[in-house]
Amino acid sequence: MASFGKYTHAIVRGIPAGVGVKDGEESEGCGLDAAKLHRQLGVYTGILRQKLGLQVIELPASEQPGLPLSLCVEDAVVVQGDTALLTRPADPDRRKEVATVKKVLEELKLRVFEVTDEKATLDGSDVFFTGREFFVGISKWTNHKGAEYVAEAFKDFTVSVVHIPEPHHLKSFCSMGGPSTIIIGNSEVAQKVIKAMEQLTDYQYDKLSVPDDAAANCIYARVGNKCNALVHRTADEFPESSKVFKKLPDYTLIPASCTEVAKLGASLSSCSILINKKFEY
Amino acid sequence: MTTKGGSLTEVKEEPEQIEEDHVEASDSQEPVNISQEQENDVKDDGQPESIEQPLKEQEINSPAPNASAQASPSSSERKEQTVGKGLSRFLPGWLKKQKSLSPLETTEDKEAEKDIPQAEDMHPVEEEQPEPVCTSSELEVKKEEKVDEETKIDERVEQLSVNSGELQPVEEEKIVESLEKDVGMNNADVITEEKKEESNKGEDPQKAEDTSKRSPLKIPKKIKVMQSKVLMLDGSESSYEIEKRAKGQVLFDKVCEQINLLERDYFGLAFRDAADEKNWLDPAKEIKKQIRNCPWQFSFNVKFYPPDPSQLTEDITRYYLCLQLRQDIVSGRLPCSFVTHALLGSCTLQAELGDYDADEHKTGYVSELQFAPRQTKELEEKICELHKTHRGLTPAQADAQFLENAKMLSMYGVDLHHAKDSEGVDIMLGICANGLLIYKDRLRINRFAWPKILKISYKRSNFYIKIRPGETEQFESTIGFKLPNHRAAKRLWKVCVEHHTFFRLLSPEQTPKSKFLTLGSKFRYSGRTQAQTREASTLIDRPAPYFERTSSKRLSRSLDGGPVDGINEVGLLQDSSSLDVPQSSTAEVTASKVGVIKVEATDEKIEVKGKTTPSKESQLEMPMEMKNKSLSIEGENIYIRHSNLMLEDLDKTQEDLLKHQASISELKRSFMESTPEPCPNEWENRLTKPLSLQTEGSLEEEITSLLLSKESFSPGLMTSFSSAISQASEGDGFKEKAAAESVSLICSKQLSEDHASRAEGFPAGAGDIGKSSDEKQKSETEEQAEVVVEETIVIEEVKRAPSHSKVKLEKAVESSTVVPASKVSSKEGHASSSDSHSESEEEAEYHPQIKEGENIKREKNEFKTFTTVGMESKVSVTEFDKVRFPMVHKMQDVPEESLQELQNGELQEAKQKQEDTRPKLNGDVSYVDSDAVPEVVCCSEPPVVKTEMVTISDTVSPDKTEISTKEVPIVQTETKTITYEAAQGDGSGDNDPGVLMSAQTITSESICTTMTTQITKTVKGGVSETRIEKRIVITGDTDIDHDQALAQAIKEAKEQHPDMSVTRVVVHKETELTEDGDE
Repeated sequence: MASFGKYTHAIVRGIPAGVGVKDGEESEGCGLDAAKLHRQLGVYTGILRQKLGLQVIELPASEQPGLPLSLCVEDAVVVQGDTALLTRPADPDRRKEVATVKKVLEELKLRVFEVTDEKATLDGSDVFFTGREFFVGISKWTNHKGAEYVAEAFKDFTVSVVHIPEPHHLKSFCSMGGPSTIIIGNSEVAQKVIKAMEQLTDYQYDKLSVPDDAAANCIYARVGNKCNALVHRTADEFPESSKVFKKLPDYTLIPASCTEVAKLGASLSSCSILINKKFEY
Repeated sequence: MTTKGGSLTEVKEEPEQIEEDHVEASDSQEPVNISQEQENDVKDDGQPESIEQPLKEQEINSPAPNASAQASPSSSERKEQTVGKGLSRFLPGWLKKQKSLSPLETTEDKEAEKDIPQAEDMHPVEEEQPEPVCTSSELEVKKEEKVDEETKIDERVEQLSVNSGELQPVEEEKIVESLEKDVGMNNADVITEEKKEESNKGEDPQKAEDTSKRSPLKIPKKIKVMQSKVLMLDGSESSYEIEKRAKGQVLFDKVCEQINLLERDYFGLAFRDAADEKNWLDPAKEIKKQIRNCPWQFSFNVKFYPPDPSQLTEDITRYYLCLQLRQDIVSGRLPCSFVTHALLGSCTLQAELGDYDADEHKTGYVSELQFAPRQTKELEEKICELHKTHRGLTPAQADAQFLENAKMLSMYGVDLHHAKDSEGVDIMLGICANGLLIYKDRLRINRFAWPKILKISYKRSNFYIKIRPGETEQFESTIGFKLPNHRAAKRLWKVCVEHHTFFRLLSPEQTPKSKFLTLGSKFRYSGRTQAQTREASTLIDRPAPYFERTSSKRLSRSLDGGPVDGINEVGLLQDSSSLDVPQSSTAEVTASKVGVIKVEATDEKIEVKGKTTPSKESQLEMPMEMKNKSLSIEGENIYIRHSNLMLEDLDKTQEDLLKHQASISELKRSFMESTPEPCPNEWENRLTKPLSLQTEGSLEEEITSLLLSKESFSPGLMTSFSSAISQASEGDGFKEKAAAESVSLICSKQLSEDHASRAEGFPAGAGDIGKSSDEKQKSETEEQAEVVVEETIVIEEVKRAPSHSKVKLEKAVESSTVVPASKVSSKEGHASSSDSHSESEEEAEYHPQIKEGENIKREKNEFKTFTTVGMESKVSVTEFDKVRFPMVHKMQDVPEESLQELQNGELQEAKQKQEDTRPKLNGDVSYVDSDAVPEVVCCSEPPVVKTEMVTISDTVSPDKTEISTKEVPIVQTETKTITYEAAQGDGSGDNDPGVLMSAQTITSESICTTMTTQITKTVKGGVSETRIEKRIVITGDTDIDHDQALAQAIKEAKEQHPDMSVTRVVVHKETELTEDGDE
């Protein structure tokens, strides 16, 4: 797909009020540093806006306190081309997040599908689109029924399922690093999953293995016509893995630290929804 | 009628060969009115079987009274001979069979007889006995016939008709059989499907037709011409006059010629069979034999979707591909997103209408065409919008763009088949250019690229793929799927073979030579491969042909009600329906896994019982009851019965269960004893296990074992069962080998041994087994006094069994000295025999990689070592070794005392219980004295095999020690079984069967090792008990350090389950002895 990596819009969500305070006191966020979180998310949004040239739509922070994960908008929706599938998070508390996302997507005139089955659970972090096909991780958060909705919404594409052991999301340790490049962590789980994906796919991908699973979650985008941009975790966080990225030829590498979000179990990609409104057929 | 078919199936051989030469000549002779026949065909479809045949007969031969023919078969037959052809056709298959039964019959007849038992008629064993084993030549012939499947039947018929005299009756029978075979109904199939009305319909009419042909034959020089209707890709219908005997290629060429298509290899003609399933017309075979009694209606379709349509040479080819894809899309077979629908639709518009013209293309012009299954206004608007963007594209360019987008679709070129996985879960198998895809719901759950697939095979309704081990794995694995019926399995297999050949090979594989051991169907893709067609198309040198692009309007019109091309659409739907209504075939039932078994069993009860009841008794003691019903049916019944048993067992009190188990144990024991050449199976393990251990979980196994035995009963069933068994017992990965082979072994053994022995082997497997086996034994002693259905079956196998296999078979047979055959069987030998059984219809293998080695392996006994390690709170470990090498006495470490003793003790107990149990369970089961003690039976035939069985156990009461060693002058194989059993109260079998909580079977396979793990959880007396049984089969050409292997197995078992203890170790070693004589 020639248009893979091209985006025009990004959706992010603010940090719910009281996250820092509450967490600090109650250990909820595993020592979440609210200030740091705000700072990192600010940088993140800036990168989307300025480095990737996206129009960033910022959703209001969830009014529900105690749900710092709500800033992980990626969980709420899967977008490919002109089609968006609103998910049904396994955590009932998080389902409300979907509604707000839906509004924006409709404003963007995407074709919006929803998971209506009560038994289905689907988490955007378990849906991995390679540009040619989908992989859905059957995990703690996503079940088979949920995956079926992905297949239903994105009929053009093969949707394969891989099983992800707790506590991971599929995208906890992998992401696309280019039109045909999969960045994959080196852990046993990650390697097992990539093997499964290799078995399932009809295509050939280049594999870029990085020592740290968390570092394997990046954001690949094409800026302009030629420029490959990769937003990745900083060298401070994962020095070994960043070295690997440096080997990528002709890439604009954009380090972004994500330590606080990571404490929530989320990743770089989970903080935004990337949309291409100029979808080319 | 179907039953007839089953019985008849195998008769054909001799006539065919003899008269093949004549065939063509006869073709020309065919006179008959084509039109009439067509009419008949049409009529047949709808009408009930019984009715159909008569109708045809009437139509065809006005003079011949249908009633008379049917009513008095014998008379009619006579008439045939005298009159010539006319009457013979009318005769119902069963009548013909009867003839075959008559002593006069030649060897061929004998074969027929064998078949017959399968069908429904039970012939006395005696008749069969006269024929010993078929000669290799005969066997080959049969295979060939099967291979050719449909080609020669008609010819045969004609020839037969031509050949007057004595032979006719037999020939006729053969013909009928062959016809049935052609239909694709094997004996096994017949069995399964007998109950299905559809199948019956299909077959019967054809028979009628075939018979009718005979009469025409006499009339010289008239060539029958059939009107063939072909639904074209553009929705139009064309008629062609085709000689009735013409092969598929003739019609296909005519069609291609008409549409000016040169790149033809991607296309094919399809027809719907009686079950309304889509089948591809094989160009290399006669049309008539393929479509049977179905109307001569075909559809022209893309068969192989080129992955890259841009590489097609001609635009016209691309155009037809586009038409096909439009059908696929509109029918919903090729799912698309909204955007893709719009885009493809706009390309279609551009190709058909040209540039958007505001004047010409008024609002709504889009809606005149159909682009999607559900076409919304929004879609049409989008299509129109996109249409405007295509300005300037020529039709050819628009088509190309269409294809470039369509080929990206996930389901492009994927041929979907409904199936169930080893766990009974509904899945879809998709065959495409790259390999085999597996979907659950809409999600891809697995994929096997062609390079990963070592072998494709099917047996009965089971479809297997053997997977090349991955980088990290060292084992090959075989994955089994359950198709709705055997024809579906065969269809799938063929599609796989064709796709593999077309897309992956440079040139088509040679039709397999008729090796004895090769599986039934020799079907191979005979057309050009993609590589060849590409090369050929580079030679196309003609100006781009002009062709008119038919407006999609037509399509849309026809599609209004439903898509024009019913074929595409219907395919899936029907498939699904068929799945749901799976004919209650035994195989399917079997397939259902343990967990599910209960439910299914109940269903079966409900559905089947009525049918079953009558034949039940016969089942047990098949021999005596010669019923009109075909064996196959009985086999089913048996199967059902077992399932019933299961159900009942579940419901029953523990006492009952115990009894049941006891019987089982007896069976097992019998196995053990008799087994000369046995490959250790799970069953074996079970058998050897203490009664106490046997829980309901074992029931499952029982069932499987029962199935096995049943298989032995009905030849046709055999294969299916084995497959089923494998599934049930081992789960997916299971290799056919074990189950099937074991079964085959039994059969083979019996064969070689005098008939008497045969009987023995069979019963052993069955639940009723215990009794039956005993009876059988008795019968043996009595010598064939009783005609046992099973025996007949055995005979068939023997005949069929290729000469190569013979040796092995013989081994097995002779080795089996005593009693019920052990389930363990040498794989190879068995496999071959079973294969021969099923023949093309039933099963076939295809080695994508074309490794001859594999076949060879089969033929020769591979060296396999089974090691089973059982762990439970009580554990049983069984190691089975088949090794060529000299037998090593492994189990030295093992405690001494013969297992058998243990077993015997158990057995006795079991027996007593058995008696009670049986009646209860089966209700109707008739039993014979269970007390029969295992007896050593000497083979009347020269012993080929040397068998030794040693059992050691520390436990309990040894009553009977029976070690039968038969030594034969020629030593082919050596088998040893050593059992070590920790002293536990097993023997007592006390019998609290406990309540089965869960059962699980895991199979892993590697190149030389197959490990099956059976985990059974039971609650017994409030204490939950987990039993793990591992069976490890080690195969090797080289000497295997058995001790080491065993030690390793035990070690692993202990490591894996530190909290458990090893209760039993059984080592079974099978060696193919070289002439040097190892021991």
